[in-house]
Amino acid sequence: MNIWQWLWKKIILDGELESLEGGDQVVRYHRLWRRSVLMLSTFCLLPLFIMTAANYYQYRQAMHQQMIQPIYRQTSNMKRSLAFLLEERRFALNFLVRERSFQELTDQKKLGETLKHLTQTFGGFVDLGLIDSKGHQISYAGPYDLMGKNYAEQDWFHELVLRGALVSDMFKGYRNFPHFVIAVKCDDHSESFFVLRATVDMDILHQRIRALSLPPSSDAFLINRDGVFQTPSRFYGNVMEQCPFEIPPLSESTEIIEDAFLDDHPYILAYSYIQQSPFIFIAISDPSELQKNWFALRRELLVFLIISIIIILTLIIATSTYLVSRIRDADQKRNHLFHEMEYTNKMASIGRLASGVAHEINNPLAIIYEKTGLLKDLLSMDNDFPHKDRIIRFADSITSSVERCRTITHRMLGFAKHMDIQMESVDLTLLIQEVLGFLEKEAHYRKVTISIKTSDDCPMIQSDRGQLQQVFLNIINNAFAAVVDGGRIDIELKSVDQSNVSITIIDNGSGIPKEYLTHIFEPFFTTKKNYGTGLGLSITYGIVAKLGGRITVDSIVGEGTTFTVTLPVMKTIIG
Amino acid sequence: MKSYSVLLVDDEAELVYTLAERLVFRGIDTAAVTDGNAVLNILDQREYDIIVLDVIMPGLNGIELMKTIKQNHPKIQVILQSGRGTQEESIEGLREGAFDYLVKPVDIDMLIKKMDQAMELSNR
Repeated sequence: MNIWQWLWKKIILDGELESLEGGDQVVRYHRLWRRSVLMLSTFCLLPLFIMTAANYYQYRQAMHQQMIQPIYRQTSNMKRSLAFLLEERRFALNFLVRERSFQELTDQKKLGETLKHLTQTFGGFVDLGLIDSKGHQISYAGPYDLMGKNYAEQDWFHELVLRGALVSDMFKGYRNFPHFVIAVKCDDHSESFFVLRATVDMDILHQRIRALSLPPSSDAFLINRDGVFQTPSRFYGNVMEQCPFEIPPLSESTEIIEDAFLDDHPYILAYSYIQQSPFIFIAISDPSELQKNWFALRRELLVFLIISIIIILTLIIATSTYLVSRIRDADQKRNHLFHEMEYTNKMASIGRLASGVAHEINNPLAIIYEKTGLLKDLLSMDNDFPHKDRIIRFADSITSSVERCRTITHRMLGFAKHMDIQMESVDLTLLIQEVLGFLEKEAHYRKVTISIKTSDDCPMIQSDRGQLQQVFLNIINNAFAAVVDGGRIDIELKSVDQSNVSITIIDNGSGIPKEYLTHIFEPFFTTKKNYGTGLGLSITYGIVAKLGGRITVDSIVGEGTTFTVTLPVMKTIIG
Repeated sequence: MKSYSVLLVDDEAELVYTLAERLVFRGIDTAAVTDGNAVLNILDQREYDIIVLDVIMPGLNGIELMKTIKQNHPKIQVILQSGRGTQEESIEGLREGAFDYLVKPVDIDMLIKKMDQAMELSNR
C-alpha cells in the first residue's frame, strides 16, 4: 500500500461509502483527490522551494563575505602598519646620515646620545653603528661589544652596497640572537661611502601582531621570502624555524587563499608582502569556527522548510478532502434525485399499464357480474327450480370473486390516478387520531396498544388531508397486520428542522426480511400471498412523493418495523 | 315499481341487455341500446328520465354525447359509467353535467340508489 492509498483510506474512505458506491466510484474520487493534492502541492510547494533555494544561496554568500572580510581587513591593516613602522625608522636613519657629519657620527659619545634619542622617539632600536666601506665597524653605541667587527662578508652588507638602504630579515649574527637590521648607505666626497646601521628589537614586530587579539583558533606571524618564521607562530613554529606552509605567490595587494589544507585540516590564509622589506605577513583562520554560524543558519532554514512543508501539506490534504467530500455529497444527492426520477417514471409507466389493464378487465367483469346477478334474480323468482339453493350459492361465490377482482382493478386505477392535491392546514396529530378512529374496533378486539407522542415543536403543515389519511391508514393497517394480538404500535411526531416534520410508525410485529425491504414500495410486490394486491405501499409512496415528502422503512425480523414519513411544512407540488 | 324510466347505453351488448333485464325485474322502466349514435333518435321518439351512459364506446365519446343530450333534453339526468375510472374523466364528466360517475363493474343496488338520488334532484 503506497502513501496515497494509505492517506485515502485513512482520511476519506469509510466502509459505508465503499458498500454504497461501486468500486469504480471510489476509484474516481480517489483519483480526483490524489490529483487535487498533487496539483495544489505543486503550486504551493514550488514557490517555497524556489524561495528557500534563493535564500540559501544569499545567506551562503553573506556568510562567506562575513568569513573572509575580517581576516582580509586585518591583514591589510597590518601590512600598512608594519610598512609604516619600518619606513619610519629607515627615514630616521636617512635623516641622521644627512644631518650629521662623518666626524660627528664617529664620536662614540655623540652616537650613544643619538641612539638614546632615537629609542625615546621611535622605540625598538637596540644599537647603532657606523661602518666604513671596507665593512669595519668604526663607531658603535649599544649593549654589545661589537666595536671593530667586520661585516664585509655578510650578505646584508653586500645587498646594502647595491641598494643603498636595507631592511634585513632575522639573523643571529655576532650576538647570536635573532634580530634584524635597518641600514642606510651614505656616499662621501672621496668616492667612498659609509653605512649607518641600526639593530631593531624583534619584539616591536611581535607586539604589533599580538595586539590583533586573535581568537584562540587563529594565528598571525611574519615569514621571510624563504619561508622562515620572523616572528613566533602560535601553532606552527618559532622564530628562525622553517614555516610548514608553501610560500604564497608574490602580490602587491592583500590576498586570500581559501580551502587550503594542512595535515588534512582546512584553513583560510590571508597574506600580504610588506613593501621594501623581506617580510610577508600571514594570518590564518580556522574556517570551522567561522562556519558554525553558517551551519546553524542552514539548520534553521531546513527546519523552517520542513515545518512549512508539513503545514502546507496538511492544509492541502484537508482542503482536498473537504472538496472531494462535497463533490461526493453533491454526486450522491444528484444520483438520489435521478433514482427518484427514474422511480417516478417507472411508477407512471406502470400506472398507465395498470389503467389500461383495469379498463380491459372491468368490462368483462361487469358482464360476469351482471349475468350472475341476473341468474340470481331469475332463480329467486322460481321457487321450484331444482338445486336452486346450490346454484345461488355458486352465483354468490362468483359474485364475491368478481367483487374481489373489482377491488384489485379499482386499486390499480387508484394507483394510476393523477392526484389533484388540495392544500390546507393539517394538524397531523388530529389527522392520525382520525385515522386511528377507523381502526378503533379492531384495536380493541385484538388488544393492540397504540400510543401517539407529539413533540412540542411539531408544527401544523400545509398538505392534502385526504391523501395523508390514505397514507397513514395504509401504513397503520400494515402495522396492524404485522403485530400479533396484544402487540404494540407507537406513533411519534416531531420536527426534523425548520421546514420538515417526521412521523414515525413503529410496530413490534414480525418484521420484514432484508431482501424484501428494497422492493416493498414497488407495485404488485406483496408478502400477503392470499389477499394482498401489492399496491398499497406503492400508492402510499406515490402520494408521499407527490406531497413533497419521503418515506423510509427500517425493519428487523422478529423485532418489528419502523416506517418514517417526512413531510414538508410548506409544500411545493411536484409534477 | 319505480316512477322513472331509464335508457342504458353501452357498446357491450351482453352487459347492457342483462342489466336492463335486471332493472326491469326490479320494476324500472328500462330500455337498452348498444349504438350510441342512435340515442338522439330514440330520445326524439320517447323521453327518458335517466340515461346510464358508457364513456368509452367505439368511435364515440360518451361525454360529448352527454353534452348534446343535455343541450336537447336538459331535464334528463345522465349517470356515466366507465371501465377506466380516471379522475380526469370523472371530473370532466361531472363538470359537463353528469349526475355521477361510476366505475364498472357496478353493483345494481348502488346503481338504483344513484338513480333514485338523481330523480330526487330532478324533482326538487
